[in-house]
Amino acid sequence: MKILVMVKEVATVDDEFEIEGTAIAERYLGADLNEWDDYAIEEAVQLADEEIADEVVTVTIGPEDCEQTIRQALAKGADRAVRIWDDALDDIDLLDVGVKTALLRAVVAEEEPDLILSGVQAGDDSFGATGVSLAESIGYEWGAVVNHLDHDLDDGIASVRRELEGGVEELTDIELPAVLTIQTGLNEPRYASLRGIRQAQRKTLDVRGLDDLGIDEDAIAGDLAVRAMYEPESESDATVWEGRSEETASALGELLRDSGVAQ
Amino acid sequence: MTAVLAVAEHRRGELRDVSYELIVAGRQLADALGGELHLAIISGTVDKFAEKLTREGVDTIHTVDEGEEFNHNVYSQTVTQLYDELAPQYVLVPNSVNGLDYAPAIANRLGLPIVTDAIGLDTDGKTLTATREMYGGKVETTIETAGNAVVTIRSGEWPAAEGTGDATIEAFEPAIDENQQGSTVAGFEEVGNGDVDISDADVLVSVGRGIEEEENLDLIHDLADALGATVSSSRPIVDNGWLPKNRQVGQSGKVVTPDIYIAIGISGAVQHVAGMKGSETIVAINTDPNAPIMDIADYAIVDDLFDVVPALIEEF
Repeated sequence: MKILVMVKEVATVDDEFEIEGTAIAERYLGADLNEWDDYAIEEAVQLADEEIADEVVTVTIGPEDCEQTIRQALAKGADRAVRIWDDALDDIDLLDVGVKTALLRAVVAEEEPDLILSGVQAGDDSFGATGVSLAESIGYEWGAVVNHLDHDLDDGIASVRRELEGGVEELTDIELPAVLTIQTGLNEPRYASLRGIRQAQRKTLDVRGLDDLGIDEDAIAGDLAVRAMYEPESESDATVWEGRSEETASALGELLRDSGVAQ
Repeated sequence: MTAVLAVAEHRRGELRDVSYELIVAGRQLADALGGELHLAIISGTVDKFAEKLTREGVDTIHTVDEGEEFNHNVYSQTVTQLYDELAPQYVLVPNSVNGLDYAPAIANRLGLPIVTDAIGLDTDGKTLTATREMYGGKVETTIETAGNAVVTIRSGEWPAAEGTGDATIEAFEPAIDENQQGSTVAGFEEVGNGDVDISDADVLVSVGRGIEEEENLDLIHDLADALGATVSSSRPIVDNGWLPKNRQVGQSGKVVTPDIYIAIGISGAVQHVAGMKGSETIVAINTDPNAPIMDIADYAIVDDLFDVVPALIEEF
């Protein structure tokens, strides 16, 4: 079985930041492996460790800068990586779900995985839609917000639990090939070992452009545009206690005692 | 003219509240377009559901008597066929776990753009303007798309529709292709029960990512002991396996309404806030003065929890 894991490098923002135009100023941004994807990678690598998966390939849409993040996934045990990028994508401020679907679909056609894992959502723009959109587009089955996957995949069925709201889980059987979007907490993502990090440097990381994938520039035009970005107005009317910890703790202690706590 | 098609949500025999919020969001868009608001209610006791959904602002309700519980194959095929028949400009779906299990599929199948997790919507007749959060609520963005679109809306952002309307109720019979049914729901399970029910507690000491390390949790347990309070947490603590699932407050955990909720090192992501905003008094201890938890806190200490919590234990 071959598993394709969708891996995204997400932008992280400092506590204090400024907005320039329709984006956060570069100097306040960091980069990290998307938290949800970390669980997807771990699940795929566990399936490889158990010899259920023969190969784990990652696919990422992103410029060269994000190769460090891709190497993290390789260091954790993925076998090789595909990175999709093209100069034509440089000027697009929001890669919408339709564009990502078109790009990823081309890689799926080349790789023909049996199982595709992605995070439920990305920590930066949080659309939470690409996995299911991709599944529909390539004729795979799918399951969104999976927080348990049975590793017995022999009969071509993935038995999963989908995490619904309010502490209810749905037990669902999904025919393979399928796309599963992975919720945090599904497993315990490993840290890369030093050996893993060294090996990652030697693993294959293919870069694929629009021409390589046979994608027309029209397909990446996109339908969504960001018109404005702003900090939401604080609705806070909290009483803020300031001062040394002893003083603030004392004020809170008084409130709690007045409320009858620990009396 | 059908301006908006909104798809109601139910689970295990009950309509979910967001269904009524969809009516208000959908009516606003339909008014802006000068058209009708249609609802679809798919699977389960659809006639009973339709009666409840007949509130002010709804023009037509399409009942689809097909199966009992949510199945994304049935939903995506049905909504696609309703779209072809009604030709609405916008399809509205709840931004729920199930909504995100079929809305992207219908958008792709219909070749429409999708905007998820909208917290505000407007249209000038042609261009849809949606407000969404990014970076976990640190910023809001205004996103535009021209032409038809699929939109999922966040629950709790629109009021629930009230009153009784005079919607026409029509049965719709989709052609369901059984070959496209590759997903079967085998059942449901309630999780997160066990030794303690945090929704019974009067005082909750709730801990989040700011605690950094598992061994630091002792500090939180010590505080709870000193106060005679119960320990709860936000999602990452449970994901890490540091506390059992029955301690989790939030959308996928428990909804709590204690007299006092002390949020320690919790930033206040929307999923968490959904589970605790009904608390009588909310106290936040956090180093970030701009954390979303401050928006709903009644009292706040902007300081390092590792300084404040030991000092607070000393108080008792």
